[in-house]
Parts: sequence; structure tokens; C-alpha cells
Amino acid sequence: MLLARVVGTVVATRKDPRLEGKKLLVVKTVSPDGKDDGNYLVAVDTVDAGFRETVLIVQGSSARMAVECKDRPVDTAIIGVVDAVHLDDEKAVAASARK
Amino acid sequence: MYLGKVIGTVVCTAKNPVLEGKKILVVQPLDPQGRPSGKPVIALDSVGAGAGETIYWCRGREASFAWYPAEVPTEATIVAIVDRVNVPGGSKLEPGGRK
Repeated sequence: MLLARVVGTVVATRKDPRLEGKKLLVVKTVSPDGKDDGNYLVAVDTVDAGFRETVLIVQGSSARMAVECKDRPVDTAIIGVVDAVHLDDEKAVAASARK
Repeated sequence: MYLGKVIGTVVCTAKNPVLEGKKILVVQPLDPQGRPSGKPVIALDSVGAGAGETIYWCRGREASFAWYPAEVPTEATIVAIVDRVNVPGGSKLEPGGRK
């Protein structure tokens, strides 16, 4: 699983019928200390994530196990909105829309 | 499966309902000698691992089998807490944990 930040949305009219009604977001992966990793992904949103929020994403066939993604052509899903990341070196990384 | 060390935690309030009650940890992958190898990953915990502990974790679809037959959307799961590693030439890995 990876941390990522929501940086945009995707609009698709013609798509697989099993993706209808699913929100597609562009996310950029970030490291646990909040720095950009530089990788962009398109993910199906299952938790109503918003613009610039830090989210938890799951990739691969496990993404289909997320509620709302069963038996759908999905390989990246947003499964959580991150409130905070606490690292043991006492750096708490605030993960909010403020960034 | 891979060796790793717990270096932090992730807090999510809004999340996929299947993840409720499950601990989300930041893991630094390690090689058998105890040196960091690769970028930190976010993993679900199935064994009650704690801060600073040496663990091993598995990735991919198999990661969700820790909760089988429940279908949990995870691609990285901590499946054991390491007591000791025996390799030729010795290992600097220690159980760790917060004393």
C-alpha cells in the first residue's frame, strides 16, 4: 500500500459499464515523510476523498477486494483518507488539505 | 516475504469499512543483515506488531489471506514478529521494540 495525494480528477464518458458511478482521481504518490515520490496514478475512490487530501491507496488484485470494487476492472483504489502519519523519530507528519 | 522494521503509524478516520479496527503501520524493508533496503511501505498489521519491532511481511494478493476468508483490501501485511535471524556471518537484526 502507498500514501498519495489527490491532485486531480478524471472524466470518462465511454468506459467499462462496471466503472459507471465510480469517481476516478489522479493521485501522486508521496513518501511517509510527506515528500513527493513523483509517480502519478489513476485510482478509484471508495471513501469520498477530496482535492489535495492525503490518501491510502492499494494496488494490484487486492484493490478489487475493496468494498465497491468487487469484480470490477480496478487495479488501484483509494481505501482511506489519512489524518496523520506518525514516524518513530518523533516527526509527526500532518497530512491535511492545508498543503 | 520480506524482513522489515516498524517505523511509524498511519491514522485514517474515513476508510473502507473492511479496514475498521485494523492497525496501519509504516514499515522500512530490511535485508537479512539489518540494513534498510528500499523505500518504506504502508502495511496492515495482523499480529499486533509494535513500534520499532522487527517483523516480516508479505506483499501482493496473498497479503489479504491473513484474514481469510474475509476479503481485506491490502497488498502488504505484517504476518510475524521476528525473534532472531540466523544467516552465515551473523545478522545485526534484533527484535527491537520500545523498551
